[in-house]
Amino acid sequence: MNIIVCVKQVPNTNEVRINQETGTLIRDGVPSIINPDDRNALEEALALKDEHGGKVSVISMGPPQAKEALKEALAMGADEAVLVTDRAFGGSDTWATATILAAAVEKVGGYDLVFCGRQAIDGDTAQVGPEMAEFLDLPQVTYCKEIKVDGEKIIVNRFTETGDYILEVKPPVVFTAIKELNKPRYPSARGIFEVYDGPDQIKVYTLEDLDVDVTQIGLKGSPTNVYKSFVPVRSKNSEIIEGFNNKEKAATLVDKLCDLKLI
Amino acid sequence: MKRAKVNQNVNLAEYHDVWIIGEQREGKIHPVTVELIGEGRKLADKIGKKVIAVVAGYDIEEEVKKLLHYGVDKIIYIQHPLLKEFSTDGYAIATSQLILERKPEIVLVGATSIGRDVGPRIAAQIGTGLVADCTSLDIDPEDGKILQTRPAFGGNLMATIICPKNRPQMSTVRPGVMQKASYIENPKGEIEIFEPNLEEKDIRVKLIDKIVADKKAVNLIDAKIIVSGGRGLKGAVGFETVRKLADKLGAEVGASRAAVDSGWIDHVHQVGQTGTTVRPEVYIACGISGAIQHLAGMSESKYIIAINKDPNAPIFKICNYGIVGDLYEVIPAMIEAIDKKIEFDF
Ligand SMILES: Cc1cc2nc3c(=O)[nH]c(=O)nc-3n(C[C@H](O)[C@H](O)[C@H](O)COP(=O)(O)OP(=O)(O)OC[C@H]3O[C@@H](n4cnc5c(N)ncnc54)[C@H](O)[C@@H]3O)c2cc1C
Repeated sequence: MNIIVCVKQVPNTNEVRINQETGTLIRDGVPSIINPDDRNALEEALALKDEHGGKVSVISMGPPQAKEALKEALAMGADEAVLVTDRAFGGSDTWATATILAAAVEKVGGYDLVFCGRQAIDGDTAQVGPEMAEFLDLPQVTYCKEIKVDGEKIIVNRFTETGDYILEVKPPVVFTAIKELNKPRYPSARGIFEVYDGPDQIKVYTLEDLDVDVTQIGLKGSPTNVYKSFVPVRSKNSEIIEGFNNKEKAATLVDKLCDLKLI
Repeated sequence: MKRAKVNQNVNLAEYHDVWIIGEQREGKIHPVTVELIGEGRKLADKIGKKVIAVVAGYDIEEEVKKLLHYGVDKIIYIQHPLLKEFSTDGYAIATSQLILERKPEIVLVGATSIGRDVGPRIAAQIGTGLVADCTSLDIDPEDGKILQTRPAFGGNLMATIICPKNRPQMSTVRPGVMQKASYIENPKGEIEIFEPNLEEKDIRVKLIDKIVADKKAVNLIDAKIIVSGGRGLKGAVGFETVRKLADKLGAEVGASRAAVDSGWIDHVHQVGQTGTTVRPEVYIACGISGAIQHLAGMSESKYIIAINKDPNAPIFKICNYGIVGDLYEVIPAMIEAIDKKIEFDF
């Protein structure tokens, strides 16, 4: 079974700080990581390979630094890694990103399954997987919690807020992974040694290598644009309830809530 | 198949009305639909257009008609036997056909696990941009385009996104954030039935079974009062204390991610960026520091009460009332004070 996994390198949003004056992100010193859901996608692909054989190819679109994410994927056990990078791709929204990734998936070719993470923690859109699936004219199952191969068919347990759907689909298909799907493995010692001490195995695709319509990519080709961005202001007229002890404070609070007819 | 393209110099003037894509599960209208109608009405009034609710399904006409009571101008019920159960393919194809035929100006979809699955598929089929998980929508008074605001970078930054050259302008809207449309006794709108072109082979993913979530499922979205616990509870037993207060107030129990990740309570209780967004009348945060990702899910609550022993906890900046103190003393004292009130009332 040949599997392509799309991964994104993201800043660890846990550590992102905002410059309150300029309203911009302070990325300096913020570590970059493989997007968490994408790590689950990769783990599932590797586990399926372990069980059924085949090949796992990892694709990442991003600046040259995104190679780091690909190296980690190789060290975890991926067979092949492709960096999709070009100035022309900069500023892409989900439409444009899905367009580029679909072309890269086609270029890698020979796949049975394509995996994405459900969403990336920097943008949280969850749109690239489904849009790419549409451009590839493939069926999709998003929010995958469990995946089982059953001969020709694949049985998927898909999360919804009101209960899971058990779905059946035949490859080729696009899956998006959520964290409940599995527990991602760590890179192996041998993998680390081969990737970081060995020759650079990462392939690079640029605009020239891909069959994409340039009117559909990059900042210019993106149907959605950022109009403005700002730091959320959340301030209320907070009143800290004073009192001799916690009991008194609690009683004052309950009085206030009753007066407001809230309880 | 020839894929759709964006930026094809569409004539913006050909597009009219605000559509909300209603959601139904097991034949019951999902509450986010009524929130979408509330928001859709606000936008439509600003641009002088109609609000049209679109719902796909089969054999649910009576349920769909109920939406007229929320003041929509019209319902388009997409009806087909193959739409009885949700499928990405079936719902995307049918909805896309209708959108391409009728040309709405704005299309709102609930950002549920279903809406976020089918929404991008529709946008990609019809050739337009889509803005994910919006928490605030408005109309630009200059040119009438929609301003779609959403959190990014885990809520650290808000971004307002536009879709200037393509139509419809589409967004998925976070459940629990928008004001619900109010119920009216004698509605005026009409219902139209649309029959899409669908064939069995269009639906490539087959539903074999559904596991219905626990009936007693926590309903944070509709709760009037929520009492939430965080890492400050120090252990799973802490939720017993929290639950006592919640029961006293007829409230639901919420939690921070730290409490969920510690395994003290199930994920369905989680409030925040990666949990549920809530806007109850009263939100009582116990032992929760007030991280931006938590605030993203509850800052729209009408009254926020914070109980925390650290006077510098960020939660105190956004609360209405705060108590600096140990929650294991404050909560029992609140319960006692409430009991006294009840006695007094009788
Ligand atoms: C991508 C991403 C998504 C996230 N999504 C969410 C989300 O959806 N929801 C969410 O909640 N978090 C989310 N987080 C995590 C968030 O950043 C915080 O880590 C989390 O909210 C902290 O939970 P807490 O306030 O319970 O714990 P802490 O920050 O550890 O705070 C515990 C508080 O308890 C107080 N305390 C301790 N003991 C007592 C006592 N005896 N009495 C009173 N007070 C006491 C302390 O003073 C402290 O303020 C997310 C993070 C990331 C990176």
